[in-house]
Amino acid sequence: AARLSGGENRLVSLPLSRIRVIMKSSPEVSSINQDALFLTAKATELFVQYLASYSYKHGRGKEKNALTYSDLSHTAEECETFQFLADILPKKILASKYLKMLEKEKRDGELGECDEEDNDEEDDNEAVDEAVGS
Amino acid sequence: MAERPEDLNLPNAVITRIIKEALPDGVNISKEARSAISRAASVFVLYATSCANNFAMKGKRKTLNAGDVLSAMEEMEFQRFIAPLKESLEVYRREQKGKKEARKDKDRKTDSEEQDKSREDDNDDDDERMEEEEQNDEEEVDN
Repeated sequence: AARLSGGENRLVSLPLSRIRVIMKSSPEVSSINQDALFLTAKATELFVQYLASYSYKHGRGKEKNALTYSDLSHTAEECETFQFLADILPKKILASKYLKMLEKEKRDGELGECDEEDNDEEDDNEAVDEAVGS
Repeated sequence: MAERPEDLNLPNAVITRIIKEALPDGVNISKEARSAISRAASVFVLYATSCANNFAMKGKRKTLNAGDVLSAMEEMEFQRFIAPLKESLEVYRREQKGKKEARKDKDRKTDSEEQDKSREDDNDDDDERMEEEEQNDEEEVDN
């Protein structure tokens, strides 16, 4: 069974077993040594902290004492290090704007595809396959 | 072990705690932001794995090792992680070594049983068991 995360004293909080599952879903990977698994888990924790703190620092959410989706999406767009996230953290536009865009495109004779996600305020639609998370 | 889509996610509670540790006290994190960070973390794992694997392949190895992961961090421009990762790795290795010694004394009999079991199946989800089949050097473990 995966280790239950204890307190902040633990060397790593993310469960190694779960990290391993994700790593193994990568087709070219055959096996993973224990140290590599640990380092990946630890690196992921550092990454989460870095992404969160960077986004908070450079975003507008802090005007309301919050970290928002928009802060994250902004980071993915503006900061080169985080650009690999751009596809999964797309900028959002209001649904009303999106509909207007669609109408305009129709009028212009194009039924173009728009990459923008249409969104309401609370968007729990995962771009990726999984069911709504626990 | 078959992967269900949920398994590619990381536990929400842990992610939330890690985020909170990185931000000033009292900052709110929207559910949406938390969920986005969680997805980003999964993508990070995939990206790091793929990158590390390239280094392993360059070295003609089939097993990803610590060096590959550290090289991946460099390549991905997360050099800032390297020093803290190396430190943590030292501690981790010492911990594992200590556990192994303790195990050897206790479970001498069941050692061979466990090794057979872990060979037929891909993953036991048991971190401690994994130690026994994967040493710090390369091992061509079958999957």
